[in-house]
Amino acid sequence: MVESVPTQSAIEASELAALEAFRGYLVRYAVLQLRDQAVAEDVVQETLLAAIEGRGRFSGKSSVKTWLTGILKHKIIDHLRRRSREQPLLADGDDSGRSEADAIDALFASDGHWRDAPASWGDPDRAFENREFWEVFEMCAKLMPAKTARVFTMREVLELSTEEICKELGITTTNCWVMLHRARLSLRACLELKWFGK
Amino acid sequence: MSIIPSCKDVSELLSQAQDRPLTLREKFALHVHLPLCQACRNFREHLAVIRAAVRRYIDCDDIPR
Repeated sequence: MVESVPTQSAIEASELAALEAFRGYLVRYAVLQLRDQAVAEDVVQETLLAAIEGRGRFSGKSSVKTWLTGILKHKIIDHLRRRSREQPLLADGDDSGRSEADAIDALFASDGHWRDAPASWGDPDRAFENREFWEVFEMCAKLMPAKTARVFTMREVLELSTEEICKELGITTTNCWVMLHRARLSLRACLELKWFGK
Repeated sequence: MSIIPSCKDVSELLSQAQDRPLTLREKFALHVHLPLCQACRNFREHLAVIRAAVRRYIDCDDIPR
């Protein structure tokens, strides 16, 4: 029995079209970490091309989205690695760690009490259902200092351990914890001010 | 950290609890402080909300647009 076999390029075109559906998601994922729309789009493009080339390795055990996200994570890590070689995280010397600590100190009184005590946020699921909440969330994420945000997204989005982050960025574990704490405090204060406290 | 943990100490521990297992001594500090401090209990909740929000954000399917 002879069936008409689609040509190789036709297969690729139809697969690329199927993967296109994930582009928006992948770009959002990448923007959060790279904080640069153009760079994020490039990395996603590389990811989709790598996916087409490597489609033989897709086992079908995970969803296509999970598989693509896995490839994207590697591309993002490669990019961050290159970038941290080009612009070392602590390029401005010891001040960096100091300014993180100062920013944290500023939120507390000298006796260690909160200057502005965190209030209850009520039911976060209600916020999650609201489109405007996500606009505020994006804005607050972008307000984080760039270096802090880099460590935060490596931890929370790429889900790397602090050991891995330290190794990638050449910073100490303590510094890493301080930066993560700073990031969370900053995001928290912004969300309370712009959303939950209203 | 001094003998009586302050909100500043506790907030730091709560944050680090998301990144590493705390020592017994640190857990004890939370155990002493949290029942007496609504602000730090709220902060603990906020950390969980932030982590959940990041997950939801990257998983755009269930974000209303």
